[in-house]
This record gives sequence, structure tokens and C-alpha cells, in this order.
Amino acid sequence: MTVGIVMLVHTALDRAEQVIRHWVAADCPVVVHVDKTVERAIYDAFVDSLADLPTVLFSTRHRCEWGTWGIVAASQAASELMLRTFPQVRHVYLASGACLPLRPPQELKRYLDARPMTDFIESATTADVPWTVGGLSEERFTLRFPFSWKRHRRLFDRYVSLQRRFKMHRRIPPGLVPHMGSQWWCLTRRTLSAILEDPDRKIYDDYFRKVWIPDESYFQSLTRLYSQHVESRSLTLCKFDFQGKPHIFYDDHLQLLRRSDCFVARKIWPHADRIYEAFLNPDGRSVAEAEPNPGKIDRVFSKAVERRTRGRTGLYMQSRFPNENWENGVTAAPYSVFEGFTELFEDFEAWLSRATGAKVHGHLYAPDRVMFEAGQTTFTGSMSDSSALRDANPRMFLTNLIWNTRGERQCFQFGPMDQQGISWDIAKDPNAQISVISGAWAVPLFQLNRNFAELRAEAAQLQRIESEHLRALRSPYAKARVRIWTMAEFVESPMEALQSVVDQIGTKGPRRLAEVPRMVDLTGFGQFLQNLKNQGMHPYLMGDFPVEPPLKNQPPAPRKPYLVK
Amino acid sequence: MGFFQSYGLRLQRKRWRIRARRKARQLSVVSDNSAGVQPDDILVFSTFRNENVRLPYFLDYYRRIGVSHFFMVDNDSDDGGREFLAQQPDVSLWSTTGSYKRARFGVDWINWLQMRHGHNHWCLVVDPDELLVYPFCDTRPIRALTDWLDASSIKSFGAMLLDMYPKGRLEDARYERGADPLDLACWFDAGNYTISRNGRFGNLWIQGGPRARKFFADEPERAPALNKIPLVKWDKHYTYVSSTHMLLPRGLNLVYDEWGGEKASGVLLHTKFLDTFGKKAEEELARKQHYANSHEYRAYATGPIDDPDLWCKWSEKYINWRQLEILGLMSKGNWA
Repeated sequence: MTVGIVMLVHTALDRAEQVIRHWVAADCPVVVHVDKTVERAIYDAFVDSLADLPTVLFSTRHRCEWGTWGIVAASQAASELMLRTFPQVRHVYLASGACLPLRPPQELKRYLDARPMTDFIESATTADVPWTVGGLSEERFTLRFPFSWKRHRRLFDRYVSLQRRFKMHRRIPPGLVPHMGSQWWCLTRRTLSAILEDPDRKIYDDYFRKVWIPDESYFQSLTRLYSQHVESRSLTLCKFDFQGKPHIFYDDHLQLLRRSDCFVARKIWPHADRIYEAFLNPDGRSVAEAEPNPGKIDRVFSKAVERRTRGRTGLYMQSRFPNENWENGVTAAPYSVFEGFTELFEDFEAWLSRATGAKVHGHLYAPDRVMFEAGQTTFTGSMSDSSALRDANPRMFLTNLIWNTRGERQCFQFGPMDQQGISWDIAKDPNAQISVISGAWAVPLFQLNRNFAELRAEAAQLQRIESEHLRALRSPYAKARVRIWTMAEFVESPMEALQSVVDQIGTKGPRRLAEVPRMVDLTGFGQFLQNLKNQGMHPYLMGDFPVEPPLKNQPPAPRKPYLVK
Repeated sequence: MGFFQSYGLRLQRKRWRIRARRKARQLSVVSDNSAGVQPDDILVFSTFRNENVRLPYFLDYYRRIGVSHFFMVDNDSDDGGREFLAQQPDVSLWSTTGSYKRARFGVDWINWLQMRHGHNHWCLVVDPDELLVYPFCDTRPIRALTDWLDASSIKSFGAMLLDMYPKGRLEDARYERGADPLDLACWFDAGNYTISRNGRFGNLWIQGGPRARKFFADEPERAPALNKIPLVKWDKHYTYVSSTHMLLPRGLNLVYDEWGGEKASGVLLHTKFLDTFGKKAEEELARKQHYANSHEYRAYATGPIDDPDLWCKWSEKYINWRQLEILGLMSKGNWA
């Protein structure tokens, strides 16, 4: 007993011929169906080229357009010819011209001999499968599809929506449960002849003629009526991409294909010389009884689909530029923004870097230049410290920085004296961890020895900017992890606040802080705020600071200590 | 898009086609070997001026990845490049003394040649200093890519311009005729590109790289555009609008995904920054035939001549396409 190959061919006839010879050399008869669109002269030459092989026959030609009945008609005609002419055939294997046997045909024969009653055909009910093109699953069996999807897409779509609107449904023939699956099957003579010789075949044929993509459902559904033992998988390795078109194998897939232990693979690129060379001239390597194991190939291709549909988070480039809210994440990795910390602590950046091991930048959005870590003029990815370049696209400056430094936590300082273009972007970014000491911008003003009228004007402006920014952070659109302390709150218990901030970065594991940054001397700050108030400006973002220093007659008490526990 | 806008673009497309025909009168044929072009050949179209030293490697590079025929326009070269190309059996050569600038930087000439010879072919429009890198280019010929694009019903393929530069002074990167320019100019900027969308034509506008960093740090909006769509399954009704940055009809400009996914894309390695750049800069400044009044040549010529070094400590050294894809400069999309 042997396996007969039904081969549907429409291009790359030279490759088809090679494969046919390979099958025939292993005593597998082949019935070839050549698409009707192939020119007569080319067809004749093809037939001539195979004239020396008595077990290669050519069946009646049909026009095989994707998604239409032609492919089923072709398979039927060729299968009938196969069963009629070659009584020694027990299994019939449906293949295309771009299918290539990866293992010697003898191994396939042995495999099938061991399973003489098994039909290998992927066959699942529509409710259970995710593969649908054009949003049609159940409906491909209940609507009519007289128009070509490839050539008359608009008519196709209009007619579908018309039928939906008027609830025009077809009746599925009684007893038939629609199943779908890969069109490449391997059926037993028993099942195949039962399908082809069924007295009701005309009913089924008439029904499936107007089903969409009948080649993925005709045999898949009818097999369920007759088969003793359906093994619902295809022996042909064939992966589909997100548009439902098969992935193609190239020379660089050779090792992957070898290790897959599949019997047949499609589609092979016709110019993949090394693949054809390797598999059609077996080098005696045999895996004998191995089961097909396409796991590795599955992974390669499902990653490709994932890349095409979801892409790499946080990447903006020439072929990935998502519309707003379609980014799957604005930035590539979590990062931290500190507002008011460098103003309140003298050596905050160095301390933070020691405490967390993260890269700590200065004010990246400072008006005059970008303050990269350690005062560098360029940074990872050759980013420039030019403020003009940054301000031309502040959002992409940030996404670039985070993308370029994947795997390394970034922290930077921000405040009302910086360019505010980024304000809403960080507020809406779930990757941002934003810690704010509101009102801390007043500390540098307080330390400056400048004309008070100027200070007052500047304080008013900074307060306006910061309150605008806080509005963004507190808006319902904000997705960042935000902590806001007023300066008064923060000074009250700085240790606790710093600990929680560092814990959130979480680079070094939960640990008590061993050292703390040095806070600037705030003696007289309360009075400074009071002076602002007296000038008619109301500083409110820093919370309530006591105006008066502690009682005059006491020695100046050391500032409230914050201890390392 | 409204009817009027769409009709406006249609008129514009027709206008560029008429203009291409008009500008074609400036071209005179030097050698026409296009009779040998087969129906499914992949073609290169290119304009050049005084690039003799680069031409041999350029031809070799594209022949090696599977380009079958070259359509070249020589804009008044006097360095022997024309004579060299006239002897190549797979090159069809035209020559012109017309103004490069007034042919819209060569676009009109190329549009006309593509109209006549590119119909139904995959056409690649590149300058002699641009080398195309696409996914799997080390193991698959360009026909594998175009076959896959055909099968996926994709008509255009984007490849951003990536400026390559040597380490050290440009004068010291002495380029020898026929050598691989990437041996000298093997550094690039990996992640300082900014992108915005062009609402009218639908294309992306990419700026950045060493030129923005060095020459345009003060006026970034004038930095050169790096977005390119060099590979198109050409139809005689298509036109390039501005260099290869954008096309009409504008559907061809949608080489990027807007819903979070990645489409397949490549990179054009731009090997302009070699010792040849200084001479070019002088010449082009005198001719005033380049984009934005040759701002970058001027920036170079008037800049600190002692330090024309584009290299910085974060520059990335070029290895292969996989490196570019990991860095996010190009993508395999769903081609695997």
C-alpha cells in the first residue's frame, strides 16, 4: 500500500516537476492539477516534461482563485482520478506545488502504514478557532459569496452587509456541522471515496459552492460525517501570518526545517535553491519514527505576527508610528521623575544614584541645555544636549532616551523652571514614576540675593507653572504613579518619603536607606515666604511653614533630626 | 480626506507628470540597453554628478543583491563616470546639462525614466552614495523581498536614510575607487531621530542623526529629511513628489503602521561623509544646486574646520542589519 499525492500547481512549474519526480521515485503516484490560468503552451511543455513517468497523471483543469470553489473542484477531480487509477493507494495526500517533502517519502509511508485508518485533517468548529480573515467566521457558512474578495472587494463587502441587514441566511444542509481547518489534508481511501461517492454529494457541493473559502471547510466538514478516526492536524507544516497568508520559507530556514521533523512544508520560495537541494537529495539522515515537531518554527512565526500587530513598546520609528493611545505603552521602560528634590537637597543626584544604582540625570528639560548625567554633552544613542533639538520634539526626546537605555533605570529632575512641553506626556505615561515636592522651587529663590521685586515676579510665575503641571498630574487622564508632597509635609518627615521613593524604583531590593542626602539650610525660609505674602503674592504650593523661628529666648534647636533606623 | 483635497492631490500628481515630460527634453541618451530588461526584473534609477569614484562599488553592491538593470542620469559629470557607465552592459545612461535644482533635484528626470521604463517593475531609486539594507539582506536576495511584498499586496517599502561617518576627520577617510565605503564610514547615530506626520501626503517626516546634531543644533527644523521610500512596485501613473521622501498617490506613503504594529522596513546607509565630502561641499556651494540653499554644505564649510568630526563617544559601529533592527532603526515586520 502506498500514499498518492494530489498536487495543485499554478506557478514555479520547474520546482513542481522536481518535487513530483521525488515522490515518484519513492513509488508514490501523483495526480497533478494545473490551474486553468496557466497558458496552454506552458502547460503542454510541463506535461511533456513529465511524460516519462507513467504514474503521473493530469486531471481536468479548473480555475483556482483564492477563496472560491475552484480549488475544491480541482481537488475532487484529481482525487477521483487518483482513486480510480491507482488501486494500491490507501492514503491520498493533498499538496501544492510549493510544498516540499522534508522527510523521505518512505518515512511518510511507514508512518501512514502504522495508522491505516486515520484521517489527518485539521478540522474544528467555527466557534473554537481564531483564524478568520475579514471578520467572517460563522457567517462564511450562512451568507452567500458570489463576488471575489480579491478582485471585487467593495462588492463583496457591500453584499455581506446587505445580507446582514436583511438577515438573509442560508440553510446548512441537515446533518452537516461546519468545520474549518488547513486545506492541506491526508485522507484514507475509505473516507475520501465516501465523500466523493456520497449520493447527497450534489447537495453538499451546491451548498459549499457559495460558502466563502470552501477549501478550508468542504473536506473538513464532510470528513466528520464518514471518518472512523480523525486526527485533527495537518501533516503539512504551514504557518499563516496575520492576514491569513502562508509564511514563506527561505534558505536561511534550512536548519529550522530540518529540526522540525515534519513530513511536508509549505510554502517554499521557488528560488530557495539550498532548501530544494538539501531535501530532494536526502543524505541518508533519517529520524525514522520521530513525530513532527514544529514548535520552534511556530515560535519564530508567531513572534513575527506579534511584531507586526503589537510591535515593540516604546519604539517610534519609520515603520511604527502609532496614533495616540495605540502605542501599547508610551515609553519602553519605567523611569522616575523628581520635582523639587535637587532644590531641597544639596547632593540629591549623587545620593540617588548611590542609593538606587539608576542613571540619574539633572534637569533634562532645562531651558539652556540638556543636563545629562555627569554633565555629558551627548548621551546614549548619540542624543545631543542641544535644547533646540530637544524642544523641536520634547516627547520624542523622552521616548528616545528611554528606548536607548532599555535595561537601565533612568531618573531625571523636572520643575517649573524647565520647558513644560513634556508635562502632559509624563502625566499620561504609566511608566512614569513622578515624585513632587511642591513649592520647592522657592528654595533657590530664597537663597538668591536679588532684588525682591524680581524674586516676587519670578515666584509668581513659577507657582503658576507648577500648579498647571500639578493639574495635569491630578487629572483623570493621568496614568503615571504620582506622589505629591507639599514642601512643609516633606520637611516634616523626609526620611519616610525618600524611603518610599527609593523602594518604588526597586532596583536594589527592599533595604533601609544607609545614608540620606543633605538638606539645605531652611532657616529663615518661613520668613521669606511671609515676605512674599506681604508683597501681595500668595505662595501656597509649599504648604504651611511657620513664619517665626522657634522661641527667641531658646538656643537655636537643631533642626528636627531625621534618623537612619 | 475630503473630495477637494483628494482632487487637489490628483491634479498635483498630473502636474508633476507633465513637468517630468517637459524636463525630459533636457535628457540625451548616451547608451540605451533597456531592450534586454525582462518583465520581472528589479531596476535601479539614479541621478549623479561627479561620482566616478563611487560608481564601481555602487553597481557591484546592487548587482550582488539581485538588481538587473540600472537607469542612470548623468548631470554634467567631468570625472570620467559617464564613460565608465557607458561601457556597462546592464546600464542605460542619459546625460544632461540642465539645472539639477530646477529639475527639482533630479526628481523630474527620474519620474520620466520611471514612467517610460519602470511600469510594473519593482524600482529602487537611490543615489550612488546610498546602500540599501533590508531584513535578511545577508541571506536573501532582493527578489525574496519583492516577491514577499507582492504576495502581501504591499506596493512600497520604506528605508530611512542613515548617515554613516568615519571616526576622526573626514579628510583622513581616504576612499579608494571600488572599495567598500562602509570600511571607513562605519559609525552612525543610533537613537536621536524625531518623527512627525505630514498630514497632507500622509508620510512621516524624520529628522536627526549626525547632521542635525552637528550642523543644525540651532535650527532643527531645517535639518534634512531622512524618511525615504526608495522601493516601489512602479506604475506609470505614480510620481515622486520631493526626492524619494514622498509619492503620489499618497497611499504609497503609508509605509508605517498606525495601530501599534511594525511594518517591514529597511535602511539606506548614506556614505556621503568621506574625504570626498570636502570637495563636494566646495563645488556645491559654488553651484548652489542643493536643497535649502546647500545649508549643510555651508555649515560644513564655515564650521570649525579643525573639527569636522561627526563621531562622538556614543556613536554606534555598524555590524549588520540585525543590529539595526534590534536598535529599532528598521524592522522585519511580519516577514520571518
